Amino acid sequence: MPTTLNRASQIKEAPATDPRMAKVLQAIKLYQRRPDALIQILHTAQGIFGYLPLNVLQFVARELRVPPAQVYGVATFYHFFSLKPKGEHQVVVCTGTACYVKGAQKILDAIAAGYGLKPGSTTPDGKLGLEQARCIGACGLAPAVVIDEEMQPKVDAAKVGAMVAGKTGVAS
Amino acid sequence: MNLQGLVQLADAGREKLNGRQQRVCVCAGASCMSSGAQGVMDATTKALKAAGLDPGVRTVPVGCMGACNQGPLLRVDADGAVYQKMDADKSAKVVERHLQNKAPVTDSLLFNVNGKAAAKAEDLPFYARQTKIVLSNCGLINPDEIEEYAARDGYMALHKALTSMQPEEVIGEIKMSGLRGRGGAGFPVGNKWETVYRHVADQKYAICNGDEGDPGAFMDRSVLEGDPHRILEGMAIAGYAVGASKGYLYVRGEYPLAIKRLETAIKQARKHGLLGDNILECGFKFDVEIRIGAGAFVCGEETALIHSIEGKRGTPRPRPPFPAESGLWGKPTLINNVESYANIAPILMNGAEWFSAIGTAKSAGTKVFALAGAINNTGLIEVPMGTSLREIIFDIGGGIPGGRKFKAAQTGGPSGGCIPEAHLDTRVDYESLNALGSIMGSGGLIIMDETSCMVKLARYFMEFCMDESCGKCIPCRVGTKEMHKLLSKICDGQGTEADLALLEELAPYCKESSLCGLGQSAPNPLMSTLRYFRDEYMAHIREKRCPAGECKLHGAATLAEVR
Repeated sequence: MPTTLNRASQIKEAPATDPRMAKVLQAIKLYQRRPDALIQILHTAQGIFGYLPLNVLQFVARELRVPPAQVYGVATFYHFFSLKPKGEHQVVVCTGTACYVKGAQKILDAIAAGYGLKPGSTTPDGKLGLEQARCIGACGLAPAVVIDEEMQPKVDAAKVGAMVAGKTGVAS
Repeated sequence: MNLQGLVQLADAGREKLNGRQQRVCVCAGASCMSSGAQGVMDATTKALKAAGLDPGVRTVPVGCMGACNQGPLLRVDADGAVYQKMDADKSAKVVERHLQNKAPVTDSLLFNVNGKAAAKAEDLPFYARQTKIVLSNCGLINPDEIEEYAARDGYMALHKALTSMQPEEVIGEIKMSGLRGRGGAGFPVGNKWETVYRHVADQKYAICNGDEGDPGAFMDRSVLEGDPHRILEGMAIAGYAVGASKGYLYVRGEYPLAIKRLETAIKQARKHGLLGDNILECGFKFDVEIRIGAGAFVCGEETALIHSIEGKRGTPRPRPPFPAESGLWGKPTLINNVESYANIAPILMNGAEWFSAIGTAKSAGTKVFALAGAINNTGLIEVPMGTSLREIIFDIGGGIPGGRKFKAAQTGGPSGGCIPEAHLDTRVDYESLNALGSIMGSGGLIIMDETSCMVKLARYFMEFCMDESCGKCIPCRVGTKEMHKLLSKICDGQGTEADLALLEELAPYCKESSLCGLGQSAPNPLMSTLRYFRDEYMAHIREKRCPAGECKLHGAATLAEVR
């Protein structure tokens, strides 16, 4: 599991006065503060903040009356949750078997080289983030890339750099 | 709602399906949607209006039609013509030529290669060779309309169970049908139900495992997106049979469309009294809650999935006790896969004998496969158990593109194995695939041609298992890492025969001593490629050569430096 246990110092926090916190509380109340709804609440929180800031995790732990260690444990166990801010634009390369057979690695390499990124990282200005997905279930359209939540079917490794630049406006 | 209400609902649905209004169906499965199906739908509606055909013909979104790489797909229901690769202009042309002037647009008909198009899609081998039970409604009905599901005998099986069968009889019927779990392991579904039924408790649960984690598999996704009510009905019947009043549908977070359609379906079912406190006015109580997964392959394992529903890290625990005895919050819990639940209503409606007559003696019924990789017709298919791989790949799948040679078929994802050409005539069922060192798995079927390196493929799956290992038990956590390291060495041209021997020593350890299915099956891709493609491993080791030309091997000089 790619965990981020020693990165607490890098985690950016949302101020406690942030009105988005109220929205998280709303979700917690919707689930009647049931501890088993932790994952669903973290989904909501990540939807609101774009990632899971440390003080949001603490807030969720306090409101659900669950040990902070358990909340941190869950947040770092699942691939979906990120403790770091994602890019303003996010590119996800599917590396499922069908995409792998059709050259997903070349696509990933092309974007990584074009933007000087590693999968899971973001450009220093925070404009563009690159991720790889295990399988997005679009195997009929392999190889697939998701740019800002919009799926791009049958992507060509030679043209993907231009495509990312065109769709996101971030030059490589 | 009672029987009369259900019949009225079905009548309303029949009016939509076969009524006076003609239907132009656009595939609204996730694949077609991401290729622009919404635009096709809007353009078709606009063209129908402009042509003055508007009230007589209407556009309807339906579930997956199967031929995913040819999308967006559009079907003119009245004469069964399916059009491929639609866009706004092409769909306007279909409206003008086909619907107004009754002349099919031959160029755009499905699988129109070398002028061999079929005016009726069901005449194409792709459809003609399939037997649809699980997918019988997929691509036909609008998944967002409960009336259309009711028109296809929807919820009638639930009504039959509640009004004329005892729970024991329902279980007996499922046992007799010979239905085996479609998640991969193939455990008899009826026996599982019986075990949960026998355990007495104040609360029991029925869980649907929709955490389709195998890369290269999208069967469950298509069923959930295309026919969500079928799953709800199957779960409610299961709840009645085993005595559970609460169900959880665990769906991958990667499937937002499936989640949306399920939410709509649950709302509709509650509104019509098909879920809730007094289902079909029979006094039976059952309700379903959706739980969204957060991206962990191991959560497909049942005890890990239970932990995840409880809001914890998705780590498995030793069994026994099995979930049937002590599952969610320590209560007896039934867990079945999406495809297993999809088979329940048809079995109750048509009888166990009808079902067991399909397929083979030990593997009854059909199996849905997701065809992908180096194959012409990628997409979703359903065939009777016992169909040969050759028929699936070459007759239905249309063979290998680019004039290349078939090399291997991969079943079962990271837990499965590769089947070489010599075994193409194997009939697909649980036992035959096990005998070949692979597994049925959930139904992902990836085809590889001669340009795929089997050593690299083994490394790919090992990397997957290494990343997805939850880390709880050592054989899996360390074993997958060590095996990945050795496989990488071989791929890079730095492997030795001693490394290969070490791999062969490690693999059985990992298989035999891991806590759950993930580690127990992680060596399968490695072992099956070694079994059938040992020469490729030897070429990498002895000749520093990749026969498929896929690996970038370091030369002998690099090797000397390493030493």
